[in-house]
Amino acid sequence: MSDERVYPEDVAGEFPRPPTEFTDHENREIEVRAWREHHDADSEAFEALVEMYVDFDPADRAQGVPPVGETRVRDWLENLLEQDGFDVLAWHGDDVVGHGTLVPDDETTFELAIFVHQDYQGAGIGTELIEALLGYGQEHGAEYVWLTVERWNRPAVALYEKVGFETASAESFEMEMAIRLS
Amino acid sequence: MKVLLGMGGAEDSLDALEETVTRAAAAGDELTIGIVENPESDRTPEQLVAAANAELGAVGLDADVRQLSGDPGSSLVQVAESEEFDQIVLGGGQRSPMGKIRLGQIAEFVLLNSHVSVKLVR
Repeated sequence: MSDERVYPEDVAGEFPRPPTEFTDHENREIEVRAWREHHDADSEAFEALVEMYVDFDPADRAQGVPPVGETRVRDWLENLLEQDGFDVLAWHGDDVVGHGTLVPDDETTFELAIFVHQDYQGAGIGTELIEALLGYGQEHGAEYVWLTVERWNRPAVALYEKVGFETASAESFEMEMAIRLS
Repeated sequence: MKVLLGMGGAEDSLDALEETVTRAAAAGDELTIGIVENPESDRTPEQLVAAANAELGAVGLDADVRQLSGDPGSSLVQVAESEEFDQIVLGGGQRSPMGKIRLGQIAEFVLLNSHVSVKLVR
């Protein structure tokens, strides 16, 4: 999308592969699993994902995603999941509480986004989710990952920096960050 | 209303063209279409002039179609302010494969610099 995007020179270290399990800061047992293993067989996973987004606070939207309203959420998710990308879900029991996605530009380059439900934010889930997502991408040959983030969204920028993203382009309203996975 | 539509040739500017011409015909707007050079676009200014004329012809609307030279954002703002337009209309950005909306460089410049109201078409 932007020709000026600069990737870090250094390759990031190895990230953990999903599935991963941890206890969040609120003492909840959370499991991060790859979506692909559920794709055809288990539509319960899809419904649980839809439910998270239908209940998502619109104040936490970024650049128009996630869309608002169940119909739009379903259309958006179906379109996302049918691309040849990588998705991981954070589960608390039977509820999806977080979703990370890598959407392909081409075979080696992906756009990243993560969403954590409001009731589960600030509990360390975002870090685990993004690490498992990057590990999943690494496992399947993703080399370059980029994202956009609104520059006033400090917690998100801090999280991306913590796992190794660097600013790739800061010329637009939203800033671009990038990481090299292999 | 005196409306200046800025077209750089990205996909969203074609959507803006259609919407603006339809609305101008219905509302009786006095429409000017400014074709600018957008380095992010694959379409030439000549193709954009042709697209604009085709859209105008389809609804039988008369409009001033001109090519603006120089920096695209600043030439649009300058024309809008010096000729006392009421509104600048631009495409409202493209969506990434993820679905995230991203504004074009021209729209960002115009939004931050224009003293004339700006409309983004979605």
